[in-house]
Amino acid sequence: MRSKLTPVILFVAVLLLVAFPFVGEKFYIQLIAKVMIMAIFAMSLDLLVGYTGLVSLGHAAFFGLAGYVLAKAAPQYAAANFWTTLPLALGACAVFALFTGFLVLRTSGIYFIMVTLAFSQMLFFVFHDTPFGGGSDGIYIYAKPEIKIGETALLDLEDFKVLYWFTLGLMTLVYLFLHRVLDSNFGRALIGIKTNEHRLRALGFPTFRYKLASYMLSGTLAGLAGYLAALQFGFVNPEILSWHISGSVLMMVILGGMGSLHGAALGAFVFILLQEMLSNQSWFGPVAKHWQLAMGVFIIAVALLLPHGLVGLGSTLKNRRKRAGGHG
Amino acid sequence: MADPVLRVENLTKLFGGLAAVNDVSLDLHLGQVHAVIGPNGAGKSTLTNLISGELTPTSGSIRYLAHGEGEFDLAGLSSDRISRLGIGRSFQKTNIFLPFTAFENCRLAAQSRQQRAWRIFRGASRYADVNAIAEHSLQSAGLAERGQVNAAMLSHGEQRQLEIAMCLATQPRILLMDEPLAGMGPQESLRIVALIRQLAAEHAILLIEHDMDAVFAVAHCLTVMVNGEVIESGTPQAVRASAHVQQAYLGEAHGDTHD
Ligand SMILES: Nc1ncnc2c1ncn2[C@@H]1O[C@H](COP(=O)(O)OP(=O)(O)OP(=O)(O)O)[C@@H](O)[C@H]1O
Ligand SMILES: [Mg+2]
Repeated sequence: MRSKLTPVILFVAVLLLVAFPFVGEKFYIQLIAKVMIMAIFAMSLDLLVGYTGLVSLGHAAFFGLAGYVLAKAAPQYAAANFWTTLPLALGACAVFALFTGFLVLRTSGIYFIMVTLAFSQMLFFVFHDTPFGGGSDGIYIYAKPEIKIGETALLDLEDFKVLYWFTLGLMTLVYLFLHRVLDSNFGRALIGIKTNEHRLRALGFPTFRYKLASYMLSGTLAGLAGYLAALQFGFVNPEILSWHISGSVLMMVILGGMGSLHGAALGAFVFILLQEMLSNQSWFGPVAKHWQLAMGVFIIAVALLLPHGLVGLGSTLKNRRKRAGGHG
Repeated sequence: MADPVLRVENLTKLFGGLAAVNDVSLDLHLGQVHAVIGPNGAGKSTLTNLISGELTPTSGSIRYLAHGEGEFDLAGLSSDRISRLGIGRSFQKTNIFLPFTAFENCRLAAQSRQQRAWRIFRGASRYADVNAIAEHSLQSAGLAERGQVNAAMLSHGEQRQLEIAMCLATQPRILLMDEPLAGMGPQESLRIVALIRQLAAEHAILLIEHDMDAVFAVAHCLTVMVNGEVIESGTPQAVRASAHVQQAYLGEAHGDTHD
């Protein structure tokens, strides 16, 4: 699935993304920034689903938790400190992952899906139904966090272009980070767990610890995405913890191609841009209201025709041609 | 004789009402091959799974004299813990990582001995010591030329060899080999028999095998199981001579059983 061209294509894609704010309109620059945040979210989930073999339907818990931590930690009308709120948000996610991980990782398969969903629903109700969480109205974050060293501001996140590049930088870093991690001893063991956990244990790997570490890393990175999302939207409400979000990000991963980092990122791009396009009234008129229908058809088509997702398009076509031609 | 490195005593495993292993006792010594034979369903694989931690015994003990670490009762320990204590096993039903290359299968096995999981920024292929162990075990099992082939593309016999290579790559002191020769060609069988004999010098080996020629070629000690119970145990010569065994198993089985 990974051809020699892949790094080149990815490099060019990043260059294009760097250049985009020089030509794009504000609306689209903000849209792509949102897409890149979701790409971080999707890559974090892919670590769990595509590389460790654990299908979670509760990943929004981390995404939302980090967002709420920022909202609660920020002073009401002044800017929050980036250097304290980000570690706080990520730390909260890591701790939440550690505690829930001990329970959810005792299950597997369909039960894992159920238990992760249950935990995220519990968190949803904590923020939805207690005074602590601000109820269904949510909480506003009036000012974007400040990134300062001493008294000098490094970046002004209020500037939508700066925020865009900042997000792009983080997305690239997360990709490179995960890429390295997955090629390390730790990453190889995770892939081994996905492929044949029973055998890996027989070889002497304490697989539970590996899965817990993977779950915590995945949750923490999802927290990074959630922090950025809350920062960008300037607002959190219980919706960001809901199973809709968990379902969407899972679809992005499957759409793009499980077990491929750039596949997960691609899935986020295609999913959100398609959603934006199909629901565009000036393009599709009254039909646009029913964009979910068209989206559903698209997802079913990919699931049926592309077993390895969009990144597997090339190899799927090649295999098909090989089979049709009988040689190759 | 020196003290055994592994002593199984009165081991029993019930599956519902079925006693798959029934009051079995046996010893493993360093430098020796202890073969276990018996008809299908005798409980040989269940015995292996009890020692390796895949299954928990209903009763009985498995005492292991670990190298420099004192004595352990393995009953109830997890399979990964038992493996790390130096007890390796190969599976009767090939159990490998199909999407990985043969080398990566062995490299991963060798990696299990290194406590370096926290070095998350160092490429897994860059540990020369681990790579060397993986190469060496491939070579021992006769797969030196096949390292870069995906395990799924190996022939059935080669997959059986890989199964053994992976076990070797964990560098165990005790090897539990569950029908290592089943499904292997005659050439490879000879190689593995020679390998087992060579390994026996420094390891303790539990060999489960239907191929009687191989068993009699390498075993120092032979145990016969039928319906979960040990019906005879002793030197291969003594067991061969036993009328009881002749009647229960060897007579009809010699030379022609394979599944
Ligand atoms: N997990 C299990 N649950 C229930 N019964 C089992 C289980 N595993 C094995 N058995 C039964 O226990 C008995 C012993 O099986 P086992 O696989 O140990 O035999 P074996 O001597 O290895 O046979 P073979 O030569 O065919 O490999 C059989 O009757 C089998 O059906
Ligand atoms: Mg068996």
